[in-house]
Amino acid sequence: MIIRVTVNGTEFVRDVEPRTLLAYFLREHCGLTGTHVGCDSSSCGVCVVAIDGDRAVKSCTMFAVQADGHEITTVEGLAQGAALHPLQQAFWDCHGLQCGYCTPGMLMASYVLLKHHPNPSEPEIREALAGNLCRCTGYQNIITSVQQAAAEMSPQPVEA
Amino acid sequence: MAMTTDPPVQERHAIGQSLKRKEDPRFIRGAGRYVDDIVLPGMLYMALVHSPYPHARINGIDKTAALAMPGVKAVITGEDLVNAGLGWIPTFHGYDKQMVLAVGKAVYQYQEVAGVIATSREAALDAAEVVDVDYEPLEVIADPFVSMRDTLIIRDDRENKTNHIYHWEVGDRDKTDAALAASEVQIDERIEFQRVHPAPLEPCGIVADMSGGTGRLTMYLTSQAPHAHRTVVSMVTGIPEDKIRIVSPDIGGGFGNKVPVYPGYVVATAASVILGVPVKWIETRTENLTCSGFARDYHMRVQIGATAAGNITALKVTTVADHGAFDAVADPSKYPAGLFGIVTGSYDFPTAFTELDAYFTNKAPGGVAYRCSFRVTEASYAIERGMDMLAQRLGMDAAEFRLLNFVKKVQFPYPSPLGFVYDSGDYHLTLRNALDKIGYKELRAEQAEKRARGEYMGIGISTFTEAVGAGPSKLFDIMGIKMFDSAEIRIHPTGSGIVRTGARHQGQGHETTWAQIVAEELGLDPQNILVEEGDTDTAPYGLGTYASRSTPVAGGAIALAARKVREKAKKIAAHVLEASEDDIEWEDYKFKVTGVPGKSITMKEVAFAAYTNPTPGSEPGLEATFYYDPPNMTFPHGAYIAVVDVDAETGYTKVRRFLAIDDCGTIINPMIVEGQIHGGLTEGFAIAFMQEIRFDAAGNNLNTNFTEYLIPTSLETPHWETDKTVTPSPHHPIGAKGVGESPNVGSPAAFVNAVVDALAPLGVKHIEMPLTRAKVWHAIKDARAAASAPLAQNGATHA
Repeated sequence: MIIRVTVNGTEFVRDVEPRTLLAYFLREHCGLTGTHVGCDSSSCGVCVVAIDGDRAVKSCTMFAVQADGHEITTVEGLAQGAALHPLQQAFWDCHGLQCGYCTPGMLMASYVLLKHHPNPSEPEIREALAGNLCRCTGYQNIITSVQQAAAEMSPQPVEA
Repeated sequence: MAMTTDPPVQERHAIGQSLKRKEDPRFIRGAGRYVDDIVLPGMLYMALVHSPYPHARINGIDKTAALAMPGVKAVITGEDLVNAGLGWIPTFHGYDKQMVLAVGKAVYQYQEVAGVIATSREAALDAAEVVDVDYEPLEVIADPFVSMRDTLIIRDDRENKTNHIYHWEVGDRDKTDAALAASEVQIDERIEFQRVHPAPLEPCGIVADMSGGTGRLTMYLTSQAPHAHRTVVSMVTGIPEDKIRIVSPDIGGGFGNKVPVYPGYVVATAASVILGVPVKWIETRTENLTCSGFARDYHMRVQIGATAAGNITALKVTTVADHGAFDAVADPSKYPAGLFGIVTGSYDFPTAFTELDAYFTNKAPGGVAYRCSFRVTEASYAIERGMDMLAQRLGMDAAEFRLLNFVKKVQFPYPSPLGFVYDSGDYHLTLRNALDKIGYKELRAEQAEKRARGEYMGIGISTFTEAVGAGPSKLFDIMGIKMFDSAEIRIHPTGSGIVRTGARHQGQGHETTWAQIVAEELGLDPQNILVEEGDTDTAPYGLGTYASRSTPVAGGAIALAARKVREKAKKIAAHVLEASEDDIEWEDYKFKVTGVPGKSITMKEVAFAAYTNPTPGSEPGLEATFYYDPPNMTFPHGAYIAVVDVDAETGYTKVRRFLAIDDCGTIINPMIVEGQIHGGLTEGFAIAFMQEIRFDAAGNNLNTNFTEYLIPTSLETPHWETDKTVTPSPHHPIGAKGVGESPNVGSPAAFVNAVVDALAPLGVKHIEMPLTRAKVWHAIKDARAAASAPLAQNGATHA
């Protein structure tokens, strides 16, 4: 099947097998290997991407053909050139990653969380990231990272 | 005069700073390069066929249907590999051999039976489905206590027709038995450490490349030990070592899982050799959990004796180990049970003895050091549970009992009764700090109040000592290769540099911490010290990263290589400063001429001179290599306290607080150390409450994916409180000891001790890990039933 998918602002028109998973479409057809695969059972979340800017999906659970006509944002689409997204900066500042394998999925799940909840509480962050496993960090610094990014992205209170 | 513009020396120390990680920019941009990200021209993909039976004769394999599938280039069976001389490979320490692909019979469920190579991942998986294997199921033994009866021989290929693999012992049996018999109080308990799996989020994989007509084999491999793997590949295949290049790119977590050589690597490599094109194989999660190295599976009997006053007199631990169908344990050659001898822990036992017998079963092989320095986790769990059981028997407070029996600070270096010499420590200080910081007295008061109200709250302590940094070459080798490690440092003319080591990080932060060591030793900017590991063509030979050995061994090599650079730099400084070398001293990160204020030169200036103004008659350039053979291991320790609430009606447990005070000697980067502790505690939490690879009696693996093998999420994982004491290692070049595994080694006992402490009023004495709600609920129910049983029966039960 021929599909048109916009990934990080670039349109990809590709002929794919109907069974091709979105994760492999991104990795193998679009050459975007930041999206990882870790479990084959939609448990680990290293494949999370954003669809149409406001939904986080596990791209190993979705067929590429289901993304036809949609806009996908992957970890490669977060930074604006040399300027890191506040989430990327915060993960770096707060030691929110170690081996880096879960990081793209964590960043994308957090990205969508902050779209809907600009100032999430710690329980809200833990809830939102419950579909993303990490074996290295124990989540604590990831949560701190999301909090820092939220603070950075929120409108600063205007001094009276 | 220059000194007045420099910041104070303390602030210029590169060691001890929470430098942000230099490796992070690529990971946060999705630009990490893991094995599955590598795509080579003409590359084919491999899928494996696995045995559905735990034990079955293979009467034949028909490839016809698979070969007829679209895109299929080859199907490789065990017989094909036997014909190529690759049917069997030596196991990790070389004492056993294992089938690459099942030949004659399969000996565990999911054992690799055939490899299918095709033009795409999907085509290979499709064709693997139709490889027709004629299996004849055989009787299965999935329990080592059944296996030891030898009613059925699992490994009939071996000369000795027995399921018994080996017996190992250390210590003084007679003296220990006598001391136990004479002890006024004793515990004699069975404690299990269940089979678990490291399960890094990136599965194992390879791209094997024999293309290009160069006659060289390049293996892009998820390898924690690339040099060791190169040597093993050369020894097994006969390919000269110079014709083999192993590249271990970014690794998505290892935790010991990526130390062994797995059948998939060998089959993909054979396929690349046969077909002359690159071949990629990436494990599925199910393959990872069912085939690649498991950990633990130790069944321990723990006996500890004490006086009525609580002074310990003797320790004896007797273990049955389930090794699965091949003896593939990842332990150094002379240590078949790893460093289990650390089982006397932090306590001053007058005598001790431990013995272990290992058996084959129809289960996957393994026995890797899962975030653990070779069976140290099993040993620490045994002693820390055992000490709590004995404190409970004595009616003593668990903290007071430990303080009474700790090895004292003045006893270091401390020769343990099982043969180690602990380098340094201050166990009393660390535990006392932990008790103060968590508010132990207040917590015990709260517990007493809650008990009076019928609420169950527990406080669990674990005060472990770990043996890491294998190790000294007189003791430690893998297949004869000594376990030293190495570093090569090159300083460029403009004062930046590169350091390469034989280690291979998988998230530990070497690209940052190694730069900090070099920067500290040479007075250079850590931001301009590049760290490179993982390519056997460029890195000096080393045994890799696992068992918390990188900082103790490779870290020592880096410091000493840097000091060699500094020695050479001193000669250059003398030349440039026109002074005698004897008058040059290294102070405040500069070379100075003794007694001549203001006459000094920085390392950066020396580096430039090394290439532009070399000392006449001596070798130009500024680089050094050092192979470090550590004189001893290092012995990190810690005091952990868990506070747990248990709902006695549902078995629900909630870790309310957890404090970890670690002593890992000199700390290179506090931020990274704290991160390692968070991660290790989370894996210890996982083992205590969730993780287990179980088998039914028929040998079926019941935990084959992440919906069945449970990894804690952000919801379950507790908030971690951390702190430190610092007792430098006296022999390590910078006093560092290693930390990555301590929290995983030390924490399981703290969790279990806390839950059992909570339920002690009900008469609960022990619950085997993982402490699932169902298990905790059953333990409560059984204890209540026993308590409400008729008196005579009750008396008999507790006689």
